[in-house]
Amino acid sequence: MSDTAQITTSALTIGYTHKGVTNTVAKDLELALNAGEFVCLLGPNGAGKSTLIRTLAGMQKPLSGSIQLQGKDFSDIAPRERARMVSVVLTETFPSGMMDAYTLVSLGRHPYSGWLGGLNSNDRERIDWAFNAVGAEALATRQVAELSDGERQKVSIARALAQESKVMLLDEPTAFLDLPRRVELMSILRNLAHREQMGLLLSTHDLDLALRFADRIWIVNEDGSIQQGYPEALALEGTLERVFANENLDWDAELGSFRAHPTPCLNVYMHGKGIHYAWTKRALERLGFGITDAQGKAAFSIEITQANDCGNWAVQYKDEQPIFTEIRVLIDWIQAQDWSR
Amino acid sequence: MSPSSADRSSTRHRILFGLLPLAIIALAITSACFGSVSLSPISVIKAITGASDLNPVHQQIILDFRLPRILTSMLAGAALATAGLMMQTVFRNPLADPFVLGVNSGASLGVALVLLALAPAGMSLIDGLSTSGQLIIVLASTGGAAATLFLVLILSRRVDIMSVLIIGLMISYTVGALVSILMFFSMAERLQSFLNWSFGDYGNVSWSQMQIFGPAIFLGLFVSVLFVKPLDALLLGERYAESVGTQTRKVRFFVLLGASLLAGTVTGFCGPIGFLGIAAPHLSRHLFQTSRHSVLIPASICIGALLSLASDFVARGPGLDFVLPLNAITALVGAPVIIAALIKQRNLKRLF
Repeated sequence: MSDTAQITTSALTIGYTHKGVTNTVAKDLELALNAGEFVCLLGPNGAGKSTLIRTLAGMQKPLSGSIQLQGKDFSDIAPRERARMVSVVLTETFPSGMMDAYTLVSLGRHPYSGWLGGLNSNDRERIDWAFNAVGAEALATRQVAELSDGERQKVSIARALAQESKVMLLDEPTAFLDLPRRVELMSILRNLAHREQMGLLLSTHDLDLALRFADRIWIVNEDGSIQQGYPEALALEGTLERVFANENLDWDAELGSFRAHPTPCLNVYMHGKGIHYAWTKRALERLGFGITDAQGKAAFSIEITQANDCGNWAVQYKDEQPIFTEIRVLIDWIQAQDWSR
Repeated sequence: MSPSSADRSSTRHRILFGLLPLAIIALAITSACFGSVSLSPISVIKAITGASDLNPVHQQIILDFRLPRILTSMLAGAALATAGLMMQTVFRNPLADPFVLGVNSGASLGVALVLLALAPAGMSLIDGLSTSGQLIIVLASTGGAAATLFLVLILSRRVDIMSVLIIGLMISYTVGALVSILMFFSMAERLQSFLNWSFGDYGNVSWSQMQIFGPAIFLGLFVSVLFVKPLDALLLGERYAESVGTQTRKVRFFVLLGASLLAGTVTGFCGPIGFLGIAAPHLSRHLFQTSRHSVLIPASICIGALLSLASDFVARGPGLDFVLPLNAITALVGAPVIIAALIKQRNLKRLF
């Protein structure tokens, strides 16, 4: 990973001024987005993620402080030159009538083309490359209006890629996508950052995916400061827990995710390993049980063994010792018991 | 990426751009044959080429009356269609027309002031709308259009594009209300001459007025061609447009100015001509299956000119001895065109 900073900010304060009233969203930001780095911007709703993205993209003026793009002050860069340095993927939708995906992506070549917007062979090569990079070659001739959400998002990223910029800012590109599509998009973006030495900043609500894919994470705190760090470091330091956890959510430091917690009233002792163990644990947590290491305090215990990809659950509950070979039957059994006794 | 589809659409474009001018020329010549005296296409061509063996009266009818009218109708149609296209793109609204900024009602107010307020106060220019009277009407309507446009642009300097649209509409209503009040206090024969103006007519542009009308329209069309690329970018919305380097405020200002110059000039010389400005851009998108302005602007110019010629041809009722209101015909031609295009595409999102 190269350390050349693509965007740096110094004493940057962002927010809005409306009717003379200034609403500061975040202040004194000292941020750096490096080439070859995939950064996820996390933070609670309304913390100012979109404001930061828009400010870094030059769509909104900072309240104070400055932004440097590749060492040049932002305000000294002409719009056309800036468009060659920064591209964006926004939450707003494209008006899409009578436009095929190829035409849409080709609009990303505007910072390079002549006054009529005609494409030369270099432009066409770059457009083809952009479609390839997001795996959307098959979509080129489709009408934008007829694309699914996931396909439209890919085309939207291809449009930004066509701009051939070293920095890409994405505002919640994974919203409205199903999980497999989100994972696919995140890995496409990370690979692009690494392979093309681009600085990618992506705002998201998806903490779990951000922790898995991001090279670094920026977290917007409630007080408007932004903390930067490696995902694992932020988890171990307890930063994630502090920012996101509340009385209804527990941070599971081992899983690296949050879970809603009805406080468990009964504990289960579990022994075993592998995926059958993991999913049994999830089932028990979903049913409202806690997991304990002390066999003495447990309401019942489960011994999980695994053979030829098949699970075997040996339960010890009072005097009963039922054995299950399917998790479905185990869950039915647990739900059939009267645990209030 | 898929050359076959790109080739298919450019073949379609080539065929259409070959056929449309032919259709325009054919319709223009046909239109020149009909009128108070029916003439053969041969005499029309002879008159234009200046052949000496033509009846001088016929030559004069064609050169001094029918030709300016046909030229006016083509230029007006092209102007309104291009202005409508630019307005629809800038406002991202399929119902926007060349007059959304109130150019039309501004012109009406100017004319109403002259015909309804000043004329009764002593100016005798209404009798048959003499040449100088016609010129005053042109000045009044262009002036009214320019004043309204100026007001809307000043008020819209610091607001977003949707607000510009609404401010334009509100100014239109306000100015329209003033016209109503003027009409309320006017005598019947004054009202009739105002009404005649509001029907729209391509027959009032003489060769000498064409020296202003023509260049003004060409200037407006030239502006539209200059902004082909930023207009394409604006299809993405203002934010995306800015992200690819478009200076949206500057573009917005000049495009609105250019479109209003086109619309205002046409209204000034021909009266308020409705529907061509909405119908022609939609028909262009539908026929050319694209949203790229490098195609849509020439397409709108051709289709606007064609629709306009056709409307004028029908309005003059070939073989009949009366002239229908041009505005009624453009609506009768325009509205079904829009409805047909919508039904064919099944929803607006795919068309616009």
